[in-house]
Amino acid sequence: MFAQTIATPEIPWSLLRPLLFFAEGAVILVTLTALFPRLRTKSFPALYTAAMAVGALVTLVPIWRRVQDDGPQIILDGALAVDGFAIFVTAIISVAVFFTALLLDDYLRRENLDGPEWYVLVLLSASGGLMMAAAEDLIVTFLGLEILSIAVYVLAALHLRRSESQEAGFKYFILGALSSAFFLYGIAMIYGATGSTRLGEIEQALALVNERGLSPVEDSSLLLAGMALLLVGFGFKISAAPFHLWTPDVYEGAPTPIVGFMASAVKVAGFAGFARVFLGSFVPVGGDWRPVVGAMALLSIVIGSFLAIKQTNIKRMMAYSSISHAGFILIGLHAAGSTDQGVSALGSRSVLFYLFAYTVMVGGTFGVATLVGRQGDGAHSLDDYAGLSSRRPLLAGLLVVLMFAQAGIPFTSGFWAKFGVIEAAVRGENYVLAAAAMIAAVVGAYLYLKVTVSMFLTAPESDDEGVMVESGGAIAQVPAAMIVIVAAVGATVLWGVLPDLGGDFLRTAATSVLR
Amino acid sequence: MLELAWLIPAAPLVGFGLILLFGRALGEPLAGWLGLSAAATSFAATVVVFLGLVAEEHSERFFVQTLFEWVPAGNFSVNAGLLVDPLSITMCLFITGVGTLIHLYSIGYMHGDPNFSKFFLYLNLFVASMLLLVLGDNMLMTFLGWEGVGACSYFLISFWFTDPANASAGKKAFVTNRIGDFGFMLAMFLVFSKVGSIQYADIIPWAVEHLGDPAIAGTATAIVLLLLVAAAGKSAQLPLYVWLPDAMAGPTPVSALIHAATMVTSGVYLLTRMNPVLAIADGWAVDTIAWVGALTALFAATVAVAQNDIKKVLAYSTVSQLGYLFLAVGIGAYVPAIFHMITHAFFKALLFLGSGSVIHGMNDEQDMRKMGGLAKLMPITSITFIIGWLAIAGVPPFAGFWSKDEILLYAWNDNKALWAIGLVTALLTAFYMTRQVILTFFGRTRFYDATAEEINAAFDNRLVSASGVTTEAEEALAAAHASVEKAAGDVEKKTAAVEVSATKLNDAKEALALVSADDDSHAKLTKALEKAEKGVPKASENLAKAQSTVAEANASVDSAEEALAAAKSSYRALAAKRSTLPMPDTHVTAVSAAPKLGDLAGEMPASYVERQEYHPHESPWTMTVPLVALSGAAIVGGALNLPFTKDLHFLQHWLETSLFGNEAKLAVATSTKWGLAVVAIVCALAAIAGAFHVYMRGKVDPRTIEKTPFARAWYVDETYAKIAGGPGHKGFDFAALFDRSVIDGAVNGVASAVRSIGSSLRSLQTGYVRNSALGIVVGSAAVVLWFLSRLWQS
Repeated sequence: MFAQTIATPEIPWSLLRPLLFFAEGAVILVTLTALFPRLRTKSFPALYTAAMAVGALVTLVPIWRRVQDDGPQIILDGALAVDGFAIFVTAIISVAVFFTALLLDDYLRRENLDGPEWYVLVLLSASGGLMMAAAEDLIVTFLGLEILSIAVYVLAALHLRRSESQEAGFKYFILGALSSAFFLYGIAMIYGATGSTRLGEIEQALALVNERGLSPVEDSSLLLAGMALLLVGFGFKISAAPFHLWTPDVYEGAPTPIVGFMASAVKVAGFAGFARVFLGSFVPVGGDWRPVVGAMALLSIVIGSFLAIKQTNIKRMMAYSSISHAGFILIGLHAAGSTDQGVSALGSRSVLFYLFAYTVMVGGTFGVATLVGRQGDGAHSLDDYAGLSSRRPLLAGLLVVLMFAQAGIPFTSGFWAKFGVIEAAVRGENYVLAAAAMIAAVVGAYLYLKVTVSMFLTAPESDDEGVMVESGGAIAQVPAAMIVIVAAVGATVLWGVLPDLGGDFLRTAATSVLR
Repeated sequence: MLELAWLIPAAPLVGFGLILLFGRALGEPLAGWLGLSAAATSFAATVVVFLGLVAEEHSERFFVQTLFEWVPAGNFSVNAGLLVDPLSITMCLFITGVGTLIHLYSIGYMHGDPNFSKFFLYLNLFVASMLLLVLGDNMLMTFLGWEGVGACSYFLISFWFTDPANASAGKKAFVTNRIGDFGFMLAMFLVFSKVGSIQYADIIPWAVEHLGDPAIAGTATAIVLLLLVAAAGKSAQLPLYVWLPDAMAGPTPVSALIHAATMVTSGVYLLTRMNPVLAIADGWAVDTIAWVGALTALFAATVAVAQNDIKKVLAYSTVSQLGYLFLAVGIGAYVPAIFHMITHAFFKALLFLGSGSVIHGMNDEQDMRKMGGLAKLMPITSITFIIGWLAIAGVPPFAGFWSKDEILLYAWNDNKALWAIGLVTALLTAFYMTRQVILTFFGRTRFYDATAEEINAAFDNRLVSASGVTTEAEEALAAAHASVEKAAGDVEKKTAAVEVSATKLNDAKEALALVSADDDSHAKLTKALEKAEKGVPKASENLAKAQSTVAEANASVDSAEEALAAAKSSYRALAAKRSTLPMPDTHVTAVSAAPKLGDLAGEMPASYVERQEYHPHESPWTMTVPLVALSGAAIVGGALNLPFTKDLHFLQHWLETSLFGNEAKLAVATSTKWGLAVVAIVCALAAIAGAFHVYMRGKVDPRTIEKTPFARAWYVDETYAKIAGGPGHKGFDFAALFDRSVIDGAVNGVASAVRSIGSSLRSLQTGYVRNSALGIVVGSAAVVLWFLSRLWQS
């Protein structure tokens, strides 16, 4: 009887594999470690998580082939899209999970923390991110957002012996819940205005009335208020100003590898959902929301670049820096919302490249921060980096590359990332945004230089032994973490020299999100 | 032969790679020789390509070599390609030529430095980047080279990075150059959005096509102004010049190669390369270039007059000469600009290397006030330096005269005011360079002189010992007083003794009178009387002695008092002399006599004593050979473009292909040309004579010329620092305050209404959750309001 009333959609499992690697991988991990307690103590959970990330990456290859042959597909009765954009974002998130797993392994041992829960939550959170990137329906987007967020709230608080960590988790949770409420309310309003939560249908509804030259929809105030609330929800997730206030506090308190995860995977997922929803359905009313995105971009860049300079804690500094990076990506998103196809293609491409480059850079940077943080995860002041070049020359050298990449110096991927968004802005004739971005890049460069200078020019306050007494252990260059950092630096330089590596993939992915 | 162009940047790049991999293993001096051979290979390749280009027809001298497709991104496609034309090859010739010589020089100069191989690593990377900058066939390649040279410059300035001054100078260079870079990037984007390409091969025809098109002029003006920002940053023009004088903190070969001969000219190169765009821009844009150049030239020349650091003089001189180049570009005198750029590369590199040789021979002394008379001690350095001086001062027939005269001629042709500024600058140049030569190589050898600090230290020693003498005198006085007291006590005692003996005598007499003579006791009493009679004179004698002791003691007190007064007055006299001592930072010039040490000689501090052991000496051959080679170029460099007949305008004919007829046309009679040349020569000679008058013969107090505003560069640096440290810093503080307090505070105001609910959500450490939450709400309200305002509008 039910079979007739409720039609279950066909489930193309092969296209869902990357999602399954994360979602089911998490369930299997928690089961395995519950059954075999011995597995909890070894590096098994980390290796397992890394393997899941690699597995997801590998299964992307056949899916990518299929998308190339058959074109993008919408599966699960219009819930998820399988297209270049989703594949690209999935790949970035997988890389972020891989990095996080390798960083966590030694971190947990060093902090004397136990448990596969960390990895389970990372995997679950990533699966939410994947859903956001692929969601073709606002409800699914919200589902993904919540899966992603709730896991990260817990992760932020999971360093049980550090009250800062719990504080961070608590704050993140309260504020995240608030922004989720906004988001959900926005969905309801959009539904009220357009009669659908499907992105494609919303877009058609908007385009249709647009063509007839009528007011956008039956009740514009509902639509506009709905878009505003969605912007707030996304703005919070990507920590764009003025919804950034939580970022410095949470970044400072949360466990360092998790901050890396938040800065990369969570931010990427937030932007992916943002791009998917706004580029997928709201382009016809771009005149309404694009100025807000532009203003958010401007505000984020200015606040991020200028306030970072005053910080003396590396993690807070990186928090402001991540706000400014979000601003740069928003410039690309602003261009991508243009009705001019050339500009929008350029814009969405710059967004994706920026997300990729940023994920890699920030992964490596927090890798270094994890190591320098030392036992207790407390050595994050700029003074703790003083003279790093003489104590740990390799680590310092690698961090210099990452800092220069974040500053946007040529021969690093960070240069091309900034180049791309500014190019898109100029092509879209948004000279104010472009000029602001350039000035912020100049100011921001000073911040990264400050870190570099402190590493190279300031004499260490005491020798290794003195440091050991002071802040819990010397800096150990753990192989797993070094793999992450070296890989991040390698990729940063590789794409800095050959920015068009995998360019076809990028272009396809970028255009597939544009309707 | 043109196909060899790729080898030009590739050779130093390979050298960079090899030193990167094996630098430490090779060590000194092999790493240096490797770097040198890479630069030399590049020079050889440049010569081959140059000959190939000469063999081509005039119009065919524009060759693009595409290496690979670099950024094939849809409509924005960029190739990694090289553009070989007379302009780029001319640049390459002097970059690799001077670069090779400086590599050779560095082998001697960097001898014994612990980071010897690292130095050559950066040097090779720099040469490669610089070559990419000039050879790139599109703006992006140029920009990458632009950034590359900037990074190398930054690394090399901070090369001795344990020194905080160097580190901060490096930082300054980095930050100022980012401002310039921002101009470059915006210009590039603007070009791309208008032309649809950033290849010079596309930009130039586009510009030539739109010559005189008013619709494009606005865009072209914007591009030119942005390029000016870029060029002003890299080529150290007002107001972005501040990093160049500070950059002198780096090793001297770096100053010569990067901060005088090559990198700093890249702004001029860029503007020359884009000359078709300059041609279609509004006139005021190019006039701005000319005026920026002219004012920078004059400004820096006045500052150079009052500098005492041998390298700082050359640094400001470089800023000034670069201003000349901008002036030339701004009035369309591209050929003179390139001409002067080449001759300047020769003689300024020569002067810098010469100063490096002096510094090397003087045990790292850079203060010209402590030099003098080095001509005898360092003959090769001084002769080559003098050649460089004559070249930059504009004395014919040395190279600088010809090129500078060309620029002045074109300036006369364009705007008499610019010409006048140029002439004054030339005069000042001759003056401060003569001053430098005299202070360094002529006059008395002041190297062994005690410095003001040393004399002060010696004087302080002396003052300390004088105060010791006073203390001694005081002690002696106290001792004398004590002995007076003691003697006075003695006198009292002796006086009492005299009385006692008199009483005794009386008693004896009375006793004797009472007893009869035949009594038994009579004989006894008589004896006692006799004794008492004897005792009285003895006591009187003792008293007299004690009294004389008192007199003596009083006399010694007097003399001790006198001694103390003398010691005190001599101390006072000495202390008063302190104000007559030379204070640090006063003007000590060639003619002023050596400070008279007098009896201070024995008290001089160790630095002085050690210096007496050191003897300034000539540098090794690796350093002098480049000096000789460059001085040869500085003598005959003018032959590139002699003004006498059209056939001698080699450079002009050669560069024609790159200038697309945008060179300004001269409308000056031959007699005027001669007249201007004579005026320039007279000015130069007068300035030289004036400097001799002041510094050699000492007829004028140098302080009347070296004014404080000059010495402190018109306070520009301080003003920047004040702004950056004061209002700028406050701005940051304010922004931070704004974010954490005002936004939070505004939120707090709202929050008070809901405090009872919110207080349970208190944070543990920083900030309040409710504030952040309300921040989000306020932000959301703003966003919603904006959207609703859209609604009301419609």
